[in-house]
Amino acid sequence: MTVQAEPIGELRTVDGTQLKVSLARALRRQRLTAFAMVVPLLAFILITFLIPIADMLFRSVENSIVSDTLPGATAALDQWEGSSDALPDEAVYAAMVADLKVAKKNRTASRVGQRLNYQAPGMSSLFRSTARKVTRIKQAPYKAALIKSDKRWGDPETWRVIKLFSPRFTSGYFLAAVDAKQNTKGEIHLLPKEERIYLPLLWRTMLMSLAITVLTILLGFPIAYLIAKSPTRIGNLLIICVLLPFWTSLLVRTTSWIALLQKEGVINDFLVLIGAIDDSNRLVMIHNTTGSIIAMTHILLPFMVLPMYSVMKTIPPSYMRAGISLGAHPWRAFWRIYLPNTVPGIGAGSILVFILAIGYYITPELVGGTTGTFISNRIAYHISTSLNWGLGAALGVVLLVVVMAFYLLYDKVIGIDNMKLG
Amino acid sequence: MGVATKILAAGVLAAAVTAAGAATAEELVVVSWGGAYSASQQKAYHEPYMAQHPDIKIINDDSSNEAVAKLRAMHEAGNMSWDLVDVVAADAIRLCDEGLAMPIDADKWLAPSPDGTPASKDFGDLLVSECYIPQIVYSTTFGYRTDLLKEAPTSICDVFDTKRFPGKRSLEKRPINNMEWALICDGVAPDKIYDVLGTPEGAARALKKLGTIKDHVIWWTKGAQTPQLLADGEVVMGSTYNGRLFSVIEEEHQPIAMLWDWQVYDLDGWIVPTGTKHLDAVKKFVRFATDTQRLADQAKYISYGPARKSSAPLVGKHATLGIDMGPHMPTDPKNAKTTLLYNYEFWADNRDDLDAKFQAWLNQ
Repeated sequence: MTVQAEPIGELRTVDGTQLKVSLARALRRQRLTAFAMVVPLLAFILITFLIPIADMLFRSVENSIVSDTLPGATAALDQWEGSSDALPDEAVYAAMVADLKVAKKNRTASRVGQRLNYQAPGMSSLFRSTARKVTRIKQAPYKAALIKSDKRWGDPETWRVIKLFSPRFTSGYFLAAVDAKQNTKGEIHLLPKEERIYLPLLWRTMLMSLAITVLTILLGFPIAYLIAKSPTRIGNLLIICVLLPFWTSLLVRTTSWIALLQKEGVINDFLVLIGAIDDSNRLVMIHNTTGSIIAMTHILLPFMVLPMYSVMKTIPPSYMRAGISLGAHPWRAFWRIYLPNTVPGIGAGSILVFILAIGYYITPELVGGTTGTFISNRIAYHISTSLNWGLGAALGVVLLVVVMAFYLLYDKVIGIDNMKLG
Repeated sequence: MGVATKILAAGVLAAAVTAAGAATAEELVVVSWGGAYSASQQKAYHEPYMAQHPDIKIINDDSSNEAVAKLRAMHEAGNMSWDLVDVVAADAIRLCDEGLAMPIDADKWLAPSPDGTPASKDFGDLLVSECYIPQIVYSTTFGYRTDLLKEAPTSICDVFDTKRFPGKRSLEKRPINNMEWALICDGVAPDKIYDVLGTPEGAARALKKLGTIKDHVIWWTKGAQTPQLLADGEVVMGSTYNGRLFSVIEEEHQPIAMLWDWQVYDLDGWIVPTGTKHLDAVKKFVRFATDTQRLADQAKYISYGPARKSSAPLVGKHATLGIDMGPHMPTDPKNAKTTLLYNYEFWADNRDDLDAKFQAWLNQ
């Protein structure tokens, strides 16, 4: 084959195409093959993970229940001027009666009442009792008949609430999630200080998670250092000691903390025995913030120790020796040489611990009392007990946004690439 | 065929024969609350029924705490995997309103009492919903440590008196019951409680009264917490379900006694979820499990009162301890001098609102 005198970049392959083009084609094929191999897993994650979560979070703005259950009434209310004190006219009442008759047959009346009850207490009983009586209203005038069945239908405020929550999408849940409320005039204002739940709770959750992260770093670093520096046999034994709690049930670990920390518990009994504290002045270490922080630090410690250990294992001991041999004090060598090399491990561990801590539910529920619970406990309450899934979803979105914000902050300060798990 | 293939074929054949030979049991999933209560249901209903009908297998699921949420989710997904669910009356009313529970014709579905009274009369006023079969009457009431208090409390207002009865209390982490008790002890007449509680000033008044003991309270969410706290000596007085207190006093022999003053009655019973796949089998089981003798049998294992009038005279002794169950029932006249019945209407309307106020107050 003769070597042609062509400028660089004009090299050609055997079949005549440009090398650049041929290379690009080959790389694309390779990427496509790799992607095709990942597609099943991607589809699995999309279908079983991302889509259900997105569906649940969508409930935070979705409000089709009102317009679906009361189609005629909500359409008729469009024309009504909510701001005056006049009641809607006969057509609206007629539509409401028709809608309620259908709702009663389909058993949907109480759910729409419940939904409106989240905004205005009393709506639930109004819808329930009217649905029971509505079959007796057989002909016009519907307005008088409906008001006779329950006088709340004669209060314009009732109609204003229904009108405010007729649209298919609502901001009501998000407003409630940040302790705000929109009154029927359309003004949004924060709830008075004594009635705020979620903002203080969110703040407390973040602070406690940060405290737990810092504590795990302080406690985990010496442990990881010891394991990394020990000879293999002892090091393996220590690793098993760190992993053993993982194999114990979470509830067992939490309840054993209750037995240790409670007023009549092991720690208090011991301190009274050695005379450090008075019997009537026992330390209150549980059912409050302290209990939550202690128990969660213990439970999340392995998540910090393991990444740190894996990173420390890869730091060659010759670095420290080199520094000391050049005249540095051992402490200075540690501070200037060893510690910066462990930052990726600390970063990985702290992001793991922080994200786990901020979403934790079981341990704060059992040992947190009232001052040590997290926002996840309220989300669980709304999903299981009060069944206000919209509010639960809105709180979930708020939590997700907060975690994303922390993640971006972490990326700016430490850099997400600067993270190793070993 | 090679030897290995012959052995393999023989093994597969044997497995097929044994599988075909075993009877295919119909499985019913019955959902309940767990703990001593589920155990009493298993001994009184499930095991005798399975002994009589070997073709039915009853599986116990302890998810009643989240029953309403799970039933809603299952209904939305169109896949009802539960056949019979044990819920409290407030949940049953909610489920019935939403169409998640089936309406039940008491006289057709349930057995009459031995003397011929139809079921609807035997249950009487306790049939609070057309979808509900009440099984037991339980109450939320107080227990106290007999050895950690100088004098025994006799009234509910002793819970609010930290001078004569020093020490911590444990109360349920929700406004229901706590606010009623607070108002009674603040001087409101018992028949006016819900009128007062329905106003913002009334709610504030109840919270103010609860605020006088707030620093001395440990808040529980599960029925098992108060008996544990009492046994550990963490609290000197605590509210919980009366059956749990019976268990810790009579079975665990802890130095605890009952304070029945102003106990709050509630009902616990069955609903049949709409869309259940084994309706006929469930109907037969329900007819058995809700008859007079069965309800009296359950009282042998746990101190909850049977909901049928005809079962009350049949309540005898505890199955293993041999003690008379009658005096331990919440419905016994000695214990039932002052009682409140859970006001379903009121809490269905005001629960969300009062709960928000209560939680905000708790977090301050």
